[in-house]
Amino acid sequence: MSNKKIAFMKGNEALAEAALRAGMTGYFGYPITPQSEVIEYLSREVPNHPKCVVLQAESEVAAGNMLYGAGGAGARVMTTTSSPGYSLMQEAVSYIACAEIPAVFVNVQRGGPGLGTIQPSQGDYFQAVKGGGHGDYRLIVLAPNSVQEMVDHTVMAFDLADKWCNPVLILSDGAIGQMMEKIELPEPYEFRSAEDMRADKPWATNGKNGGRKKNLLTSLNIKSDEMERKNNELQAKYAKIVDSEVRYEAYHTDDAEIIISAYGLSSRICKKAVDLGREQGIKVGLLRPITLWPFPSKKISELAAKPSVKMFMTIEMSVGQMVEDIQLVVNGRKPVYFYGRTGGILATAEEILDQIKKKM
Amino acid sequence: MKEGYELVYKRPGTLLDTRMHYCPGCFHSTLHKIIMEVVEEMGIADEIIGVSPVGCSVFAYDYMDIDFQQAAHGRACAVATGIKRTLPDKFVFTYQGDGDLAAIGTAETLHACNRGEKFSIFFVNNAIYGMTGGQMAPTTLEGQKTTTSPYGRDPKHVGYPLKMAEMISQLPGVAYCERVTLDTPANVRKAKKSVRKCFEIQKQKLGTTFLEVVSNCPSGWKLAPVKTLDFVKDNMLQYYPLGVKKDVTAQQN
Repeated sequence: MSNKKIAFMKGNEALAEAALRAGMTGYFGYPITPQSEVIEYLSREVPNHPKCVVLQAESEVAAGNMLYGAGGAGARVMTTTSSPGYSLMQEAVSYIACAEIPAVFVNVQRGGPGLGTIQPSQGDYFQAVKGGGHGDYRLIVLAPNSVQEMVDHTVMAFDLADKWCNPVLILSDGAIGQMMEKIELPEPYEFRSAEDMRADKPWATNGKNGGRKKNLLTSLNIKSDEMERKNNELQAKYAKIVDSEVRYEAYHTDDAEIIISAYGLSSRICKKAVDLGREQGIKVGLLRPITLWPFPSKKISELAAKPSVKMFMTIEMSVGQMVEDIQLVVNGRKPVYFYGRTGGILATAEEILDQIKKKM
Repeated sequence: MKEGYELVYKRPGTLLDTRMHYCPGCFHSTLHKIIMEVVEEMGIADEIIGVSPVGCSVFAYDYMDIDFQQAAHGRACAVATGIKRTLPDKFVFTYQGDGDLAAIGTAETLHACNRGEKFSIFFVNNAIYGMTGGQMAPTTLEGQKTTTSPYGRDPKHVGYPLKMAEMISQLPGVAYCERVTLDTPANVRKAKKSVRKCFEIQKQKLGTTFLEVVSNCPSGWKLAPVKTLDFVKDNMLQYYPLGVKKDVTAQQN
């Protein structure tokens, strides 16, 4: 597409366009519903972006490992998939996290477990924020709740990945991927000279180029003391991320007696439930984590400590996953309730309000 | 150099002067050396990236003084695809064993070759899993005893040994495919020429270059190093015949 700023686009295509404008130089992916529009869009548009490689891999396993290679060689890389495909990528995610390679993963969630359904879901929260692959590692996890945020979070994801040399996951869902909304697109990324880009990533395996010391990217730390040192280094980095990268949206939480917590698509419905409740004189507010990791624990803890807050209600398109983190932070100070639907069935604002009234 | 002496042999500068972890008599060290000799002779040490596998050669990066990425088990060809696609003017190679390339990484290997990825694959076939202690490989010979085929490989139970070079040579994306070995000085010299051929063809961007190296495993085969040479000749080469399986430059020459 041209360089227009305002567009009416599908979430998946908006994300793809945003990635091109964010200076992506390597995309490796495998088709899976409900996110195949991303690779279709990129395959169509790539002739206009000679600096970007777009390749359909033979599997999500391969796509993830292509990301490891290309990201390691210094490219700005992304892959997109949906739940079963993201499971297959966990090997690469773990290796990339340990080798500290910047890479952007996108999971446009569908219902599970197993092959599940192609309808939207939020059933992959645990996998996204608790690991998914093996070992002690963390991903920065962003949860967009609109097509505009599919764009904004994509740009942010590339920058965060580069800043922290860490994989970043955009945890979206089939509804946001498929729906169309009016959006504002960013200005195209300004590529700097090849030398500058090499200087940005002095660790990249792009050839010794005039005799610098050799670079090695590995996740192998076979000696016990080396493995422990590596884990300590990673944990120190994660602590810094927790300190500086928490993002959330608080909606009418200041005087709220009931705090709804929800992320992604669910948070939009919950916002309506808050408005509906307020119309009926119920003091309800919404705390919406934008980063699922690092989790906005401090803000939630502050709310839990307020005498005016009577209870928490977590709404998810799952049988209850994020609610465990809310419980962990609230730590018994206030009751924490949960309501969720699965299979692609969305709770309505009225349904959510009814659930709250039942607990009042 | 002492006066009156002439230097006739030295370690290539690209091969680090460090003690290798390989077992005495193993062909890995020889193959490392000839690859690094070619890299030095072609003057490409500053523009090449290696990808090491999971297996005995996982530590190849400790010995070769070039940029390296260590890949997950079987995924070297996917990792190399990512590197080569985004750095098309650099040299890239994978160095993989039989379990890595022909069992867990078969899909990545076949599809990289089928796409004609313009990197070189050095495939060490010693018919056994060395690193994990001598288990059966996809290339273990019929009747060959390993820790997981203690009564000898039975093809009716676990299938037949895979002839990778013959399979790979069928793919249109492949520009060069050969099987070599390192059991004699003459064969080592021949193998070195083949390594060079792979890099030369890679430079011309003609397609994937695949070199299967029939290798040994004194520890896994439970044979003295010198006896492994007989096993290579009498058993391995009977099932895995040497030779060029495909060469798109043959007609040019």
